[in-house]
Amino acid sequence: MVEFKDIHKNFGKNEVLTGINLKIQKGKTTAILGPNGSGKTTLIKILLGMCHSSKGDILVGESNTRNNWSYRKNIDYLPQIANFPGNIKVKEIIAMIKDLRHQKTRDTELIDYFELEPYLNTKLSHLSGGYKQKVNLVLSLMFDSPFVILDEPTSGLDPLSLIKLKDLLKKEQDNGKTILITSHIMSFVEEISDHISFILDGKVYFDGSIDDLKSTTGETDFEYAIANLLKHNHA
Amino acid sequence: MLKILKYSFFDLVRSRWSYVYFLFYLLLSSVLLFLNNDLSNTIITLLNVVIVLVPLIGTIFGVMYYYDSQEFTELLLAQPIKRQSIFLGQFLGVATSLSLSVLLGLGIPFALYGLFESNVIFDFLILIAVAVFLSFIFSALAFNIALSNTNKIKGFGYAILLWLFLAVIYDGAFLIALIYFQDYPLDQFTLVATLFNPIDLSRILILLKLDISALLGYTGAIFKDFFGTLTGSLVSLGVLALWVVFPLWRMLHVAKKKDF
Amino acid sequence: MKLYLFIFCFAVTLLNGYSQNRTIEVCANNCEFSSIQKAVDAAKSGDSIFIKKGVYKEHDIFINKKSLHLFGEEGSIVDIDNKGYGIKVEASDFSIASLTIKNVEVSYTSDYAAIYLYRCNNFKLKNITLKKAFFGFLIEKSKHGIVENNNISGVGKSEASSGNAIHLWDSKELIVRQNKVYNMRDGIYIEFGSNNVFENNFSHDNMRYGLHFMFSNDNRYSYNTFQNNSAGVAVMFSKRIQMNNNVFKKNWGTASYGLLLKEISDGEIYHNTFENNTTGITADGSTRITYRENDFINNGYAVKFVGGSYQNNFSRNNFLYNNFDLSYSGGLNDNSFDKNYWSDYTGYDLDKDGYGDVPYRPVKLFSYLVNETPESIILLRSLFIDIINFSEKVTPVFTPKNLTDQQPLMREVQW
Repeated sequence: MVEFKDIHKNFGKNEVLTGINLKIQKGKTTAILGPNGSGKTTLIKILLGMCHSSKGDILVGESNTRNNWSYRKNIDYLPQIANFPGNIKVKEIIAMIKDLRHQKTRDTELIDYFELEPYLNTKLSHLSGGYKQKVNLVLSLMFDSPFVILDEPTSGLDPLSLIKLKDLLKKEQDNGKTILITSHIMSFVEEISDHISFILDGKVYFDGSIDDLKSTTGETDFEYAIANLLKHNHA
Repeated sequence: MLKILKYSFFDLVRSRWSYVYFLFYLLLSSVLLFLNNDLSNTIITLLNVVIVLVPLIGTIFGVMYYYDSQEFTELLLAQPIKRQSIFLGQFLGVATSLSLSVLLGLGIPFALYGLFESNVIFDFLILIAVAVFLSFIFSALAFNIALSNTNKIKGFGYAILLWLFLAVIYDGAFLIALIYFQDYPLDQFTLVATLFNPIDLSRILILLKLDISALLGYTGAIFKDFFGTLTGSLVSLGVLALWVVFPLWRMLHVAKKKDF
Repeated sequence: MKLYLFIFCFAVTLLNGYSQNRTIEVCANNCEFSSIQKAVDAAKSGDSIFIKKGVYKEHDIFINKKSLHLFGEEGSIVDIDNKGYGIKVEASDFSIASLTIKNVEVSYTSDYAAIYLYRCNNFKLKNITLKKAFFGFLIEKSKHGIVENNNISGVGKSEASSGNAIHLWDSKELIVRQNKVYNMRDGIYIEFGSNNVFENNFSHDNMRYGLHFMFSNDNRYSYNTFQNNSAGVAVMFSKRIQMNNNVFKKNWGTASYGLLLKEISDGEIYHNTFENNTTGITADGSTRITYRENDFINNGYAVKFVGGSYQNNFSRNNFLYNNFDLSYSGGLNDNSFDKNYWSDYTGYDLDKDGYGDVPYRPVKLFSYLVNETPESIILLRSLFIDIINFSEKVTPVFTPKNLTDQQPLMREVQW
C-alpha cells in the first residue's frame, strides 16, 4: 500500500531521518513509535507531502508522492496539533473542508457520534482542547478514505471519548481500512495496532507485530517491551 | 485556488481589521472632502496617506495573516490541493480584501461627492490603481518574508524594516546621492532610481497627473516626457507589475520547497 | 472729366473751409466717403469721422498731424486683411473709439499693429475691439493719453509669432484702464515709460506676461487681474513701481509665476492677492521693496528669493496653504519678515498678545535642498521629506538661522 524507500531528512545540520525503509500493509493498522523527536511526525509529513525528503521516495499505491498532490485524495489525515482559524464556526470549517475536497462525506454521522451537535455554531477559538480534537477527528475522518493517518489522535480526549475513538477505529479496521497512527498512549497502541514500527536515530529500529516485539524483547508487557527497545539501544 | 481565495477573502472581509481599515479610509476621505471642498486637493492629501499607509498596512497585514493562518495552512496542505493554489489563494485573498477596503473607503465618499461628474475622475482612478498595486506588491513581499521566517517576531521585524526601507530610507539615500553627485547630470539617475522603488514610482505617477506637477519644474518636465508617452506608461505599469510578479514567483518557489 | 473732378475737389475744399468741426460719415454706399483713408485725408483738425456699420478692407490708414475723432458704431469693422498696420497716427488731441479692427499682419521683421501711435499727445483710444491682432496698440514716444475699455485678442501660437496687446515705448503719463487683453504675447508691455497708471485691466491667457515693465520707473498698477498667463506680471530693471490691489491667479506651469521682480528697487507691493500660482512672487535682485498686507493662497511657492535681494520687508501678509511659503538662496541679506500670518505655524500664544510665542521659520529644509539640488524636487511629498522637514524645524541646521518671523500672527490679517 505505502512504501518508504530510503527516506533521509535533515533540517540544516540536524539529521532527523537517515534511511527509513518501511512498508505499510493494506488493511492493517500500523503504529509508528519512537521517542520524542525521533521523526515520527516528520515521516508522516513527508508522506503527506508537507515536508520534502532530502533523499528517497515514497510510493502510495502505484504513485510517487514527489511533486504530486492527487494521491492525497485517498488519505484522511489527523494533524497532531489542531489549531484552526479562530474566528470561524465549527460548521463553517466543516463545510469549508467539504467544499475544498468535493468528496463524499459522512460528517453528520461523525458529528452525532462525537456529540458535536450543540457546538456547531460555536467559534473554534471558544472550544476546549478536547472538543477541538473532536472537530479535528470529524474533519479528518469524514471523507471515509481507505487510508487514514492519525498523528496523536488521543491528545486532549477524555476517557469516554477515547473509548468512542477506539470503537470507531475498530469499526474502520473491520471495514478494511489501512490505518497509520502515532501515539504516546501505549495501551491505546497495543489495543489498536496490528503492526509496530519503531523508529530510533532516524532508522527503523524494529518492524513487526506486537507479538514479534514481545518475543524479541522477552517482555510480556507491551509497554515494557518498548522500554526495553530503548534501553537496549542505550546499552 | 479560487476556493482558497474565496475563504481567505471572506475570512478577512469579516475580520475586525478590515472594517477598521475600511472605516479609516471612509472617514479620512469624507473628512478631507468636507474640509477641503475640492476634489483635486483631497486627492493630493490622500496621495500622501496612501503611499505611506497602504504599503505599511499591506506588509503588516500580510505577515499577520500568514502567521495567524499557519495552522490552517497546514490543515490545507494535508488536503488534496496543490500547494501553489493554497498560497496563491491566500495571497490573493489578502491583497483583494485590502484593495477592496481602500477602493470602497475612498470610492464611496468620492462617488457621493460627485466624482463621476467631475474632471478629476481619471486622477482618482490612478490613485486607486496605485493603491491596489501597492496592496498587491506589499502583501506579496509580506508573504515572502513570512514564508522565509518561522519566527514571528523576526518576520514582523523584517516586514517593518522593509517598509521603512522603501518608504523612508530609500528616499534618504536617493537624496544623499542627488546632493553628492549634483555636479553631474542627474536626470537619468532620478528616473531610474524612481522606477526601482514602487512607492516612489506610485507617488510620481500620481503627482504627474495633478496640477502640482508644475512644481517639479525642469525635472518634472523630463519625467512628464517619459511617463507621458505610451512607452513610459507601459514601462511604469510593467515595473509595478514586476513588483507583484517577482515576489509572487519567489513566494511560490519558496512555498514549493518549504517544509511545514 | 478732369475738369469735373477739379470742380468737385474745389467745392469740397471750399465747403470744409466754411464748416467748423464737422462730422464726416463713411460707409459703403450713400455716404460722403466709402474709404476711411479718404475721409481722413479730407478731414481737418477737429473734425469727426463717423464710420458706419460695414466692413472696410483698408490698411495703413494714416492720420498725419490732424486732431481727428474717429468713431464707429456696432458692426464697424476695419479688416486689415493681413496687409500691415491698421491705423497709424502721428498727431495730438485726437481720439479713436468704438471700432473693430481685425487681421493684423504677422511679421517677424516689423511690429505691425492694429493702431500705431507715434509722438502723440492728449489722445484717447476707447471701446475698440481688436481681433487677430499681431500687436494691438503700439504707442511710441507719446504722452497724456487714455487707453480705456478696449478688448484685444490674438491667435498667436508661439511667442515669436505673436505680439503685445498694448505696447508702450518711451511713453509717459498714460492711463490704461478697464481693458481686456488675452491670447497675446504680453498683455501690456511698457519700456522706457514713466508715470503711467494701469488700472482695472483684465489680462489673461497670454503666452508670456500679463503685464511687463522694462526700464520703466515710477509707474503704478492697481486693481488689475492677471490670470492664467505664463507669468502674471514681470517688473524688470525698474524703480519705484507701486503695485496694489491686484489679483494674480492661476498663473500655473513649470516656469510660471504670479509676479517676477528682476533688478528692481524701491517698490511697494500691498493688498494684492496671489492665488494658485506655481510661484507667487519670484524676487531676483530686488531691493528695498515693502510687501504689506498681501494674501498668498494655495501657491506652489508663495515667495521665491533667487538671489541678490536686499532690504526687503514683509509684514502683515497672509501665507495660506502654500506648498512652500518661502524659498531662499543665499544669506538673509537684511531682508525681514515680521508679523505675518502663516497657516503652517503651529506655535502657541500663551500671553494672548496675538503673536505666537515661538518664532516661525518660513524656509523648510526641503525648499532649501531643492534650491541646492533642483532634481531633489522629485522627492516632493515623500515621507522622508516630511521627517527631515520636521527635524529641521525642531533643530535648524541647514536653513538660515536668523530667517525667522519673530512675531508670527495668530490670526489672519484683515485688510
